[in-house]
This record gives sequence, C-alpha cells and structure tokens, in this order.
Amino acid sequence: MEKILEVKDLHISFDIHAGEVQAVRGVSFDLYKGETLAIVGESGSGKSVTSKALMRLLPTPPSRIKQGEILFEGKDLAKLSDKEMQNIRGAKISMIFQDPMTSLNPTMTIGKQVMEAILKHQEISKEEARKRAVELLQLVGIKNAEMRMKQYPHQFSGGMRQRVVIAIALACNPKILIADEPTTALDVTIQAQILELMKDIQKKLGMSIIFITHDLGVVANMADRVAVMYAGKIVEIGTVDEIFYNPKHPYTWGLLASMPSLDHKDMELYSIPGTPPDLLNPPKGDAFAPRNPYALKIDYELEPPMFKVSDTHYAATWLLHENAPKVEPPQIVRDRVAKFAQIVARKGGGSRG
Amino acid sequence: MARYVMKRIVYMVITLFIIATVTFFLMKLLPGSPLQNQEKLTPEQRQIILEKYGLNDPVPVQYVRYLGNLLKGDLGVSFQYDNRPVTELIGERIGPSAQLGFQAIVFGTVVGLLLGIFAAIRHNTWGDYTATVISVLGISIPSFVLAGFLQYFIGVKLQWLPVAFWEGFEYTILPTLALSVSVIANIARFMRTEMLEVLSSDYILTARAKGISNAAVIVRHAIRNSLIPIITILGPMIVNLMTGTLVIENIFAVPGLGEQFVRSISLNDYPVIMGTTLFYSALLILAIFIVDILYGVVDPRIRLAGGNK
Ligand SMILES: Nc1ncnc2c1ncn2[C@@H]1O[C@H](COP(=O)(O)OP(=O)(O)O)[C@@H](O)[C@H]1O
Ligand SMILES: [Mg+2]
Repeated sequence: MEKILEVKDLHISFDIHAGEVQAVRGVSFDLYKGETLAIVGESGSGKSVTSKALMRLLPTPPSRIKQGEILFEGKDLAKLSDKEMQNIRGAKISMIFQDPMTSLNPTMTIGKQVMEAILKHQEISKEEARKRAVELLQLVGIKNAEMRMKQYPHQFSGGMRQRVVIAIALACNPKILIADEPTTALDVTIQAQILELMKDIQKKLGMSIIFITHDLGVVANMADRVAVMYAGKIVEIGTVDEIFYNPKHPYTWGLLASMPSLDHKDMELYSIPGTPPDLLNPPKGDAFAPRNPYALKIDYELEPPMFKVSDTHYAATWLLHENAPKVEPPQIVRDRVAKFAQIVARKGGGSRG
Repeated sequence: MARYVMKRIVYMVITLFIIATVTFFLMKLLPGSPLQNQEKLTPEQRQIILEKYGLNDPVPVQYVRYLGNLLKGDLGVSFQYDNRPVTELIGERIGPSAQLGFQAIVFGTVVGLLLGIFAAIRHNTWGDYTATVISVLGISIPSFVLAGFLQYFIGVKLQWLPVAFWEGFEYTILPTLALSVSVIANIARFMRTEMLEVLSSDYILTARAKGISNAAVIVRHAIRNSLIPIITILGPMIVNLMTGTLVIENIFAVPGLGEQFVRSISLNDYPVIMGTTLFYSALLILAIFIVDILYGVVDPRIRLAGGNK
C-alpha cells in the first residue's frame, strides 16, 4: 500500500510559566492511501496536539515542534513556512473538530463559510464556487442546500452543523482528513449518522482518514488500523483485529475493559485506576507503570521500546520481552475479546479491508 | 421586529416621563432661589416676579402645567436669559456640543478599536503591554486633568493649537482629544479582551484549517465577532461622553450645551436645568435604543430571534 504521510519521532512541547509541558514525546506512524487510522487514548494523552501539529495549527508560542518530521508529498511539514503550509491546509489535508456547536462562525452564512475554503485554493469564479458549495452540502446530506446556503449556523442542529463542517473540510478533495473526536459532542443516533456519512464519503472520494477518539466502541466499526496513545506516546499500534483480538499492552487492556459493554446485561463498568502522569515532569521509565498492575521492576527504570508482534502490530511494553514472565490479559478482557469474535462470526465477516 | 420596536418606543416614553417627573421634584428641593440680588427687591416686587413665572401656585398645579407644556414641546422660558424659550437656548448651543461629541466618539472608537486589535494580535508581547498601559492610563486619568495637560503643553508651550474658544476646526482638536482618550481606552481594553476570546474560539481554528491567510482570519472572522459585544458598551460610553462634555466645554470655553448647563445650575435657572436634563436623557435613551437595534443588525442570532421565524 502506498504511504501518504509519515510521522517520525515527533516531539511537541508547550513552554509555559511552570516549565515545559512535553505533550507529545516521540510519536511515529505511517498513514496509507485510503485507510482509516484511529488514534485512541484517554483525554490528555496528546491526540489533539498531535493532530493539530500535522496541520501546523498549534499556536507558536507557547507550542513548538521540538524534534521530528512530518513527511507528506516529499516535504517535511514541520519545516514549511506559514505561506506554504496555508496552501496545504484545507486543500490537501483538512481537519474537522469536536464541537460542531462552536466550530462555525456564528455571523457568517453557511454558504460563505463553505465557499471561502473553495475560493482560497481554486482558481474559479464566485458563481462556480457557489455551485460547488451547493454540491458539497448535498454530498454531506443537507437537504434544500440552495436555501440553506443563506442561513446562519444557529439555524442548524448539531448534527447538521457537523455535516457543514465536513463539507468545508471536503471543499478541495483533500488527500487526508483529520477528524478530532468528530462525534463526541453529538448524541448517539446522530453520532451513528455522521460516522456512516464519513465512511460513505471516504468510499466515494478515497481519502485517508485519521480518526481521533477516546471511544474504542467507535473505532471497531470505523478504522482499519488503531494507534493507542498514552502520555504523549503511541504505546500500541496494529490493525483493528490485532488490537481487539490480540491486545498486548496493559493500557490497551484497560481501555478495552472500560468500554461500555456490548451485551444487554451490563457488566460493571471498569475504569483504569489512577490518573495520567504530569507531562511537565514525565516519569522515568514507562509512564504507565504506576497504573499498571503488571508493571515490572524495569518499567520504573527504562522505557520499553516498540516490540514487534507482527509486521503490522507493535507494542511498547516490557511484557513482550523474551525474559519477561508470561502474562495473560485479565479475565474481563479475555471475555470481551471472545465476545467480539462471536459478534464478528455472527455477522459472518472476518477481517476487514 | 416591528412589535419589538413599538414596545421599546413605549418604554422610552415612560422612561422619559419618569425622568421629567423626578427632575421636576428634585428642582423643587434645590436650595436657593432663581432671583438674583434678592436683597434689593421689595417683597412686592418678589411676589410679582414669582407670580409671573407661576412659582406661587401649589406644586401639583405647577407639575401639571409643566407636563402639559412638555407635551406641546415647550420646555418653558429661561429665568436668566431674557425670558428666551429653553428650546431656543438648547438649539443655539447644541451645535458645538454635538460636533465635539461626534468627533470624540468617531475618533475614539476608531483609534480604540485599532489599539485593541493590535494588542490582541500581539498578545503577550511588548506591543500588547504598551497598548494595555495606554488604556489603563486613559481610563484612570480624568479628562479634565488631561485637558489641562494638553492646554499647557500643546497650546501654551508648543503653541501648535489654540488653548481655548471656538473659532474653527483647529479649536476643536484639543477638546476632542481630551474627550476621546477615555473612549479610546475603554474601547481598546474591551476590544482586546473580546478579540482574544474570539481568537481562541473553535471557529477561528476552522477558518485557519481552511488555509486562509492570517490577515483574512482576523478581518473576516475575528473582528466582526469581536465587534458585537463592543456595541453594548457604546451606550454607557455615550453617557460618559456627555458628562465629559460638561467639564471639557467649560475648560476650553466652548459655547456648548454643557457649558450653559453648568452655568444654569449655578444660577438656579430651573427651566434651563430641567429642559437640558430632559434633553440629555432623551438623547441617551435614543442612543441606547439605536445601539440595541444595531446589535440585532450585526448579530444574526438576535436578528432572527426577534422576528420572522
Ligand atoms: N496550550 C497548551 N498549553 C499547555 N499545555 C497544553 C496546551 N495544549 C495542550 N496541552 C497539554 O498537552 C497534553 C495533551 O493534550 P491533548 O492533545 O489536548 O489531549 P487529548 O488526547 O485529550 O486530545 C495535555 O496534558 C495538555 O495539558
Ligand atoms: Mg482532544
């Protein structure tokens, strides 16, 4: 598969009065053409900072890219000038945000907001841009698009606004769409509709999606691959099947265990004990060790490298070292893995594209 | 919308009526008498004069007559200025005051906005700190102190501009500056806060994610949205400016309404005091009304809430 984006050892820090917040501490991943890569992790794990950094949307100061490369079409986005980056933003890489209630300009018509993105990147007349904007609104499932063009955001529901935001992001047929918790603020039925829409559009336009969420439940039916983030690092990455059927990192186990239950009689909701570390003073060794019931002595001393599980599956935990004691995931996780397998078997579908 | 406007107009009339009543009775409580050199008048002469102005009638009678005249647009006649109608006196004096107020509002708003926008864009840099210091000074220094300062340095020392009087445009510059400093300071401070808030909002991120230039983000998205709350402080600002003109006109010997108002108070010229107070109040109420309407025009959320659904 063709690599479209390559992130290498990305470090991002915020310089604040109290010191340096090391929000992202060495993130590497590849994004392939046409795939959906989910980035999951608890709140504060650096998902938004990572994704905004790809778009160079972080304010500098206080943020800075300390180290690392973001390779896209032969260029390192981390080193582009503002002007060069503006030509990529919204044209080749687009982004949609979490809260549709606040992510549209309240005093500008929907039409103008969509057209603005088109006119910036394409040499076409206003009239053509208007036509294209109407088409985009229709594409994302907004009825009466002609009439809706003249309306303001407050005349749209949350779900409809998120559709508009998606239309803006799609204005120039981007190669990559970054969605930062695009459905977190929406209620469940609307959430399902928006996810369906995103899958649909991806099928039509063929772009790659980086889908950020803290909800593993969403990941299962959206993503091809999953990267699990903790304290500014990717701790496990693999295909959806690998992450759901064969998770290796105790943090991933914790996330799986704390997923809202899939069956009717609700099991007790699990949550990972403790809180994420303070990134102002990241701990020595494995940042997850203090919350990890399976932590080894070495976890407090030395950071684990990425151990290879398969060609597509890596996890950063000393448990994968050949000298480590053999540890099985906890019962609740094994139960769940079994349940996923059942559900998939019932649906008659195995692994995905 | 039409219903809303009608309702507001009714409220405005009621407010004015209350103000008219309050000023009337306050006037009755003022110590002293409108008659100058009373000691030289015989009791009979005093009686004749008081009779002539209706000041001997019982207060309720005076009140009803006053309201009746008011409805006809008659604010009475001055005790001091050769019995001339108050409306005429106001008409003569309104020109310089209006010019001064207008210039100060326009100049102050434009400069204040620019300063506020500049400070917000340069957030936490020397540009921002400088702009903040300027606005704190502008808010805390009373306009009359500044007026004296301007007169001394620019008028007397440098002799760039006339120190006082009202004989052409260059005479308007110093009083306009003195008046507009507090406008500049208030608007700049407010605009900076609003801009910073807007600049950190999600839709600015959406705009930047489209790839449009920073200038376009600020002009098309940030400024308009920051301006909306600014409109609300224009009302109080105008009040401020009006009271400011009272002092400034006296300092710069501007033949305006404020200067005449202050004089009429020291002379106990009841009709002029009441008439001018009412006139100021009416202007103020009107200004606030216009500000509210403007708010609806600029902000589509309010525009629709009020009307066609
Ligand atoms: N402007 C900022 N200044 C200081 N720290 C920040 C800033 N933005 C984010 N961070 C820190 O970066 C870390 C990652 O945040 P974020 O990427 O938003 O997490 P999430 O995974 O929930 O999206 C957090 O610890 C947060 O405190
Ligand atoms: Mg986030």
